[in-house]
Amino acid sequence: MPNTYFQNYLVILLMLGVVVLLAGGMIVLSYLLGQHRPSRVKLSPYECGMVPTGDARQRFSVKFYLVAMVFILFDVEIVFLYPWAVIFHELRMFGFLEMLLFLLLVGAGFAYLWKMGVLDWTGSDTGGPAGGTGGSPAGGRAGGPE
Amino acid sequence: MLSEYFSAVDFLVLKPVILLTLFGVGVMLTDLLLEERHRYLSAVTALVGLGFAGVQMWMIQSQMRQAEVNELEAFRGAVRLDHFGIFFFWIFLISSAIAILLAIRYLEIEQEHHGEYYALILFATVGMILLAIGTDLITLFVSLELMVISVYILTGFLRRDRRSNEAALKYLLLGAFSTGILAYGMSLLYGLSNSTNLEEIAFAISQRPAGDPVVLLAVITVATGLFFKVGAVPFHQWLPDAYEGAPTSITAFMSVGPKAAAFAFLLRMFMLPLGPAREQWLPLLIGVAVATMTLGNLAAVSQSNVKRLLAYSAISHVGYILLGLVSGNDTGLKGIAIYLLVYAFMNMGAFAVVVAMRRRDLIGDEIDDMAGLMYKSPTAAVLMMIFLLSLAGIPPTAGFLGKYFIFLSLIESQHFTLAVIAVLYVAVALYYYFRIVAVMFMREPVDWELPTLAPGIRIALGVTAAMTLIIGLYPEPFIQIVSRTVLP
Repeated sequence: MPNTYFQNYLVILLMLGVVVLLAGGMIVLSYLLGQHRPSRVKLSPYECGMVPTGDARQRFSVKFYLVAMVFILFDVEIVFLYPWAVIFHELRMFGFLEMLLFLLLVGAGFAYLWKMGVLDWTGSDTGGPAGGTGGSPAGGRAGGPE
Repeated sequence: MLSEYFSAVDFLVLKPVILLTLFGVGVMLTDLLLEERHRYLSAVTALVGLGFAGVQMWMIQSQMRQAEVNELEAFRGAVRLDHFGIFFFWIFLISSAIAILLAIRYLEIEQEHHGEYYALILFATVGMILLAIGTDLITLFVSLELMVISVYILTGFLRRDRRSNEAALKYLLLGAFSTGILAYGMSLLYGLSNSTNLEEIAFAISQRPAGDPVVLLAVITVATGLFFKVGAVPFHQWLPDAYEGAPTSITAFMSVGPKAAAFAFLLRMFMLPLGPAREQWLPLLIGVAVATMTLGNLAAVSQSNVKRLLAYSAISHVGYILLGLVSGNDTGLKGIAIYLLVYAFMNMGAFAVVVAMRRRDLIGDEIDDMAGLMYKSPTAAVLMMIFLLSLAGIPPTAGFLGKYFIFLSLIESQHFTLAVIAVLYVAVALYYYFRIVAVMFMREPVDWELPTLAPGIRIALGVTAAMTLIIGLYPEPFIQIVSRTVLP
C-alpha cells in the first residue's frame, strides 16, 4: 500500500530534478562559455533603470501595514462571496440571510477602522480616538518615582 | 428546523457563543462613542454579555438534564457540547469576568483604557469555548487562531511600554511558528484518515500498524504545537517574557483562560485522534512533563519579579497537569479537570494582588515592592498568602485537591518514580512561594502608600479567595461535577 502511495509522488520528484538541472545548467553553462567583461555599470544591482540611491531598508509609515490588513479583510470577504454567489439559488433565503449577517460583521469591522482614522491619510500621525500623544504613564521600578 | 443547513440544535449549542460575539462587536463599536470617563461602561457591557452567555448555558444545561442527554452534537459532528466542554465553558467565563474586573482601574492607571480590551477578551472567550467543544480539525484550528490572535493583541496592549511591545512580538512570532507546526501535524492526520472529524481520525489511526512512522510524525508535530500552546518545556521560552510584559490583568487572564482552553484542546487531541497511538506518545509525554516540572520549579527560585516568578510557577503547574495525562486513568483526567478549575481561582487571585500593587508611581511587580504589605494592607497580604499556599498545594486550600488527584492517579497507574519526583518538587515550590510571603510579612515597608483596592479588584479578590477556600474545605460537590467531565 505505501509503495504505490509514494510512487504517486515520484513524478514530482523527477520534475524537481529536471527543474534543478535545467536552471542550474543554464547558469553554469553561461558562466563557463560566456565572455566576462565586467564594468561598473554592469556590476550595479540593476543594470538598467535608475541609479539606486540610499538604503531600501527604511521605516515605512505604519499606515501601509494597516491598509494591507484592511485589504486582507475584504479579500477574505470576496473569497467567501464567490462560492456563495455560485450556489446562491440552492441556498435560497437562508443563504441570503447568512451572508447578510457575515457582511454586517465585516461591516462592523469596517466602521470601527473608519472611525479610528485608518483611512485618513491627510491628518497628522495621531489618527483616531486611540492615537493619544501623552507620554508614558508614570511608573518606576522598586522604590518610587523615576 | 430552521433550514436544511442549520438545525435548531445547531442554534441552541451556539447561542452562548453568538451572544458573546454580538456583545464583543457591540462593545467595540459603542466604545468609539464613549467619552474617556465613561469607559467603564464598556467593561460593564462586556460583563453583562458574559452574564447572558452564562444564563444561556445554564438553560441549555437544564434542557439537557430534562431530556436526559449527555451531549448535543451540532453542525454534523463539528461541534459537540458535552460535560467536558460545559465544564471548561465555566472556567473560561470565570477567567474572562475576572480579567475584566481587574482591568478597569488598572488600565486607567496605565493610561491605556480602551474598549478594545473588553471586546478582545470577549472574542478570545468565543475562541476558547469553541476550542473546548469543537471536534473537527478545521473548527479547532480556526477557534485556536481566534483565541491566540486576541491574546497577542492584548499582550501588547500597553503600547508605550517597551516590555509589553517586546512580549507581544515574541509571543506572536513564536506562536505563529508553533501554529505552523500544529497545522502540519493536522494535515498529516487528515492525510492518514481522509477526514477532519476527530473520531474518524481516531478510527483510521487505530487501523494503522503499530510503530507506523507517519503516525509517529503526526504525533510529534501535533504534540509540539500543543505543548507550545500550554507552555511545556522545551517550548516554554515565550512564556516568562510574555507574562512579564503583558498588562498584569492579561497575564492573569492568559495564565488561566487560554491555558485551560489549550489543555481542553490537548486532552481532546490526545484522548481521541491520538488515543490509539498512546504507546508512541507516552514516553514523550513523560519526558516533557518531568522536564517541565524541573525547569519551572528550579527557574522560579532565582526570580526577583513576581510576574516572572508566577510565570515559571505556571510552567511547573503545566508539568503537574501533564502527569494526569501520563497516568491516563479516570482519576488522572478528573485530576486534570479539578486542577484547572482550582488553578483558575488561585492563580487569578495571586495576579489580582499584583494588579492591586500598581500605582501611578510604582509598577509593583518586583518582589521587593511587596515589602511590608502586611502592615500596609493586611487583607491583601493574607489573601496573597492563601493563594500562594494554594499554589504550593498545602491542605486546607484548594490547590491540595488538584495535586492530590494527580498524585493518586500516578500511584494507581504504577508510576511510582514520577509520583516521588512530583512530590519532591512541591518542596522546591514551597521555598519560592514563601520568599514572597517572607517579604510581605517580615520586612519593613519602603513607603506607606497603600495599594489600590478598586471595587473591581475587591470583587475579584473576594471571589477567588472564597472559591480557593471553599473548594479546599468542602470539595465534594466539585469532585462530583468533575467526575462527569471525564472524556472516554
